[in-house]
Amino acid sequence: MDKGKAVMGSGRRWAVEFTDNSTSHSSRNIPDPPGFTRVSQEQDDSATSKQKKDAEANWKAQKAWEVAQAPVKNLFMMGFMMWMAGSTVHLFSIGITISALLQPINALRGVGKVFEPYKDNRVDLMLPKLVFIALNLVGLGLGVWKLNTLGLLPTHVSDWVSSLPPAQEVEYSGGGIPLV
Amino acid sequence: MNMAIRVYLLLFLALSYSYTAFSLYEDQVGLMDWHQQYIGKVKHAVFHTQKAARKRVVVSTEENVVSSLDLRHGEIFWRHVLAPSDVIDQIDIALGKYVITLSSGGSILRAWNLPDGQMVWESTLPGPKASKPLLLVPVNFKIDRESVMFVHGNGFIHAISSINGEVIWKTELASEGINIQQLIYTDGSDTISAVGFVGTHRFGAYILHVKNGELLNYKSMEFPSGFSGDLSLVTDDTAVAIDSIGTSLVTIQFHDGLFSFHQTRLSDLIQDFQRAAVISQSNIPGAFILGTANSITLIKVLSRGELKVVEELGHATAVSDALFLPGGQQAFALVQHRDGKILLTVKLDSDDGLSNLLEETIHLDNQRGKVQKVFINTYVRVDRSNGFRVLIVMEDDSLFLLQQGEIVWSREDGLASIVDVKPAELPVEKDGVSVAKVENNLFEWLKGHLLKLKGTLMIATPDDVAAIQKMRLQSSGKSKMTQDRNGFRKLLIVLTRAGKLFALHTGDGRIVWSRLLMTLRKSETCQSPRGISLHQWQDPHHHALNQNPSVLIVGRCGDSLGSTGVLSIVDSYTGEERNRMEHVHSIAHIIPLSFTDSAEQRLHLLLDANRRAHLYPRTAEALDIFQRELGNIYWYSAETDEGILRGRSVQKNCVLEEADNFCFDSRDLWSIVFPSESEKIAATATRSLNEVVHTQAKVTAEQEVMYKYVSKNMLFLATVTPKAVGPIGSVTVDESSLIAYLIDTVTGRILHRVTHHGSVGPVHAVFSENWVVYHYFNLRAHRYEMSVIEIYDQARAENKDVLKLVLGTHNLTSPITAYSRPEVSTKSQSYFFAHSLKAMAVTLTAKGITSKQVLLGTIGDQVLALDKRFLDPRRTVNPTQAEKEEGIIPLTDSLPIIPQSYVTHALKVEGLRGIVTVPAKLESTTLVFTYGADLFFTQLAPSKTYDSLTEDFSYALLLITIGALVIAIFVTWVWSEKKELQEKWR
Repeated sequence: MDKGKAVMGSGRRWAVEFTDNSTSHSSRNIPDPPGFTRVSQEQDDSATSKQKKDAEANWKAQKAWEVAQAPVKNLFMMGFMMWMAGSTVHLFSIGITISALLQPINALRGVGKVFEPYKDNRVDLMLPKLVFIALNLVGLGLGVWKLNTLGLLPTHVSDWVSSLPPAQEVEYSGGGIPLV
Repeated sequence: MNMAIRVYLLLFLALSYSYTAFSLYEDQVGLMDWHQQYIGKVKHAVFHTQKAARKRVVVSTEENVVSSLDLRHGEIFWRHVLAPSDVIDQIDIALGKYVITLSSGGSILRAWNLPDGQMVWESTLPGPKASKPLLLVPVNFKIDRESVMFVHGNGFIHAISSINGEVIWKTELASEGINIQQLIYTDGSDTISAVGFVGTHRFGAYILHVKNGELLNYKSMEFPSGFSGDLSLVTDDTAVAIDSIGTSLVTIQFHDGLFSFHQTRLSDLIQDFQRAAVISQSNIPGAFILGTANSITLIKVLSRGELKVVEELGHATAVSDALFLPGGQQAFALVQHRDGKILLTVKLDSDDGLSNLLEETIHLDNQRGKVQKVFINTYVRVDRSNGFRVLIVMEDDSLFLLQQGEIVWSREDGLASIVDVKPAELPVEKDGVSVAKVENNLFEWLKGHLLKLKGTLMIATPDDVAAIQKMRLQSSGKSKMTQDRNGFRKLLIVLTRAGKLFALHTGDGRIVWSRLLMTLRKSETCQSPRGISLHQWQDPHHHALNQNPSVLIVGRCGDSLGSTGVLSIVDSYTGEERNRMEHVHSIAHIIPLSFTDSAEQRLHLLLDANRRAHLYPRTAEALDIFQRELGNIYWYSAETDEGILRGRSVQKNCVLEEADNFCFDSRDLWSIVFPSESEKIAATATRSLNEVVHTQAKVTAEQEVMYKYVSKNMLFLATVTPKAVGPIGSVTVDESSLIAYLIDTVTGRILHRVTHHGSVGPVHAVFSENWVVYHYFNLRAHRYEMSVIEIYDQARAENKDVLKLVLGTHNLTSPITAYSRPEVSTKSQSYFFAHSLKAMAVTLTAKGITSKQVLLGTIGDQVLALDKRFLDPRRTVNPTQAEKEEGIIPLTDSLPIIPQSYVTHALKVEGLRGIVTVPAKLESTTLVFTYGADLFFTQLAPSKTYDSLTEDFSYALLLITIGALVIAIFVTWVWSEKKELQEKWR
């Protein structure tokens, strides 16, 4: 399907415009019909489109904020799940923790894509993006905290010395009870 | 991720720490373990070949075993191992159904039922002083219709009923200081006589009434030349002995209380007689056998005590007792060595003189040495003539039954007296396995696994089950002569008391090669050679791989510390002797050093009685390596007699008459003197040289870290009150104590000392990593106790900075010296234990990660595996949740004995003397070899086999599952393709 589209899109050699280009200047030599004032129509037209665009921008901004605040819901869900999972290491708690870690990471990686539909010159996406990132970071933090409560973070001395080989000795001594 | 894996591993270990102990299913017996039964070097043999019963021979051995062997196959019908202190003196058969043993220097008489070996009765025959134990079982003699036997021992002569062992009469004979040598009873006579020497110049004889033991007559007579050695009885009224200077033979005749001596010069009898004549113990009526340095002679005693040489028997090495044949004749067997073969001659001794009845040559392999003992027995052939069977004991303690010029059976009974054991690797598998073989193997493999699968799915017929079991037991893999990936297949090099070296295969216990060492054989220069120990001499791992590994055998000529040493180096693969050194310096200690030369020969330091150190191998390269490390080599000596522990350092070359670059003097550095009135060294223990410790830290459940004080130079030493060295009961509770020390042997610093009041030895101890476990007797509690001491390094406990550890800027792994002042702390705990012990060992694994088990050789000759977790000083009565998670068991006053944790399961290792553990390549597994009169070998997995699939894992099921999944994937893929195509056309 995509292939067909591409052919139609890029392989165009000639075209006939059937649309009425009445507003274009090329047909200015033709006088307007009586009772038709071009100016007013133009003004009116521009006013309505501007209104429309404003609405759209507002809508986009609103949507962007909604998206930005979406992780909050997630956070609460995650928190609840973590509380349910308890603090002992087993399959369920490991699964929850891993998903709690992966979800924010994936979200952060796709931050551009998430706000793609709301891109607009007139909409400032910076703030929602920052909020989104911040919330996801909170989620990530929550995951890390959970990891720590499970004891899976190497923050203790014991995590670093548990496979430390014994130190070599300089001296060597042998002997015992004489062999009789 | 690494962390997570580690946590999982820990968790897994913790889970596998559950209370279930190591145990075995019934059908797993014999899969990984083998058991061999031996009896030791035969001292006495009595044949029992009556027509009706099964033919057997009853033997007693140097290992204190009394046993009945099947004469047809040499198998053991029954066997009893007596305690080492209860040495068997004599055996005989009474009434045709009881085996009689006299033991403990004539103090204990026992009767065993001949068919099954059940003890019928036992009599103790106490007396005031030790004397030569003698047992006389007359064939047809009865007092009040009761069969009677006579026993002399502890100064008494006893008449004992054969039926129930009751003493019918007893008479003391020792009053005059007589040393009774023989008991004489002639069939049908009313008297029994006991003859012997009084002092060295007097011959004495007691005559007793046979029915009531009344002393009828005692006479003694002086012989001016004196006697030496034993009295040898020729007939019922004639005996011979050698005079005190060893130049003449004395014939003693005693007839109705009349003595007469007759002296014959040895040089008159034997032409080129020099010295050192010995009257052989062979009992040949009317004659005796005289052995000199170069020949043995049969000499007859004539009527008036005159001697007549009947025949020179040449270089015979062993002569049997005489055997009475029907018709008043007697026969005896003698065995000679000729051209590497054995020449067996049976001589008939009749009135006409001596004639050869039988002459046979038998080929024996050349690793048997000389014949030591011969026992003869007769049977009636089909043509009614006499046939002979002969039991011979060889120099290597093996036992052979010869009949009609052939070896009927043989037993390697030298293996009952193992001195030392060392493991050796097998050769690496070479390339070039033929395809046909592989295919065959593959087919067999598949077939085998299909059978197993049937077994798992419970659809196997009884025949199949039998086939599966047989296949498991005889899996060809386990007895191959090459290394395996798991390191289960090895050779066990074993040195026996006879000086023979055996290589046993760990798979099935068969003998791969054996060699009687020339250095440990009796020779003129080395009168009583003795093997001391085995050491790994060369073990090529990295380079010098074209060389075979080898072992060093250290021995000594004689029993004293000052006698000269002998060394041999033997190839572990072939058993060939590569090098031998005889009459080297005396040997007091052997210290294997941790250095090897370019050919991977390990450097050994041998210390002599004069405290000089001798370096081996004697090469310039070894000397160079040693000189470099000279300043860091120390040695210590625990002198038990003086109660001193001395530490010494090795110094420059010794000053000798002839310069020896490989000899070094040593200098006293420190000594610890134990007060002789209150302490006597009872036991020492050090860590095994090849023990690998995985980590220096011990992590508790609260993420706390304790640093182990891991040092190879630590010595555990236990002293007991000198009075308490005797048997239990020789000391009171208040005056006995046991003191345990942990000593650094480089500096002589006592790291820890603990006193157990009211405790006595014997002490058994094992030292591993940073802990020591020891076993002793608590007089106060009347129970055996086991204690554990764990030692931790406090100086390292400061290392708490995670960042430093992450960046690796700590100094925890940098080399340490014993001279830096150690700050140690110890934890210890004691527990009651039900058994008394014979031996103790600890499991060793390749990397030291697997948890440890303490192996206890119990008094019942079994091996019990006890988890180290039970011997953890951190045990408390109520462990916290975290401690429980860590695997700490609630504290109990005594250690549990879980029947399933007997390593030897239903078997016994009679006369258990030692337990050897060898790490396999597979981390979870350790190989255990236990020796005594029996041998037992098995594999142990103290934390279960977490790193390999179980034996009965069904590979076939796995393969079938994988195959089915692959097919399923293909089928579904084809389906999905088809469906997608249809979708597109729609």
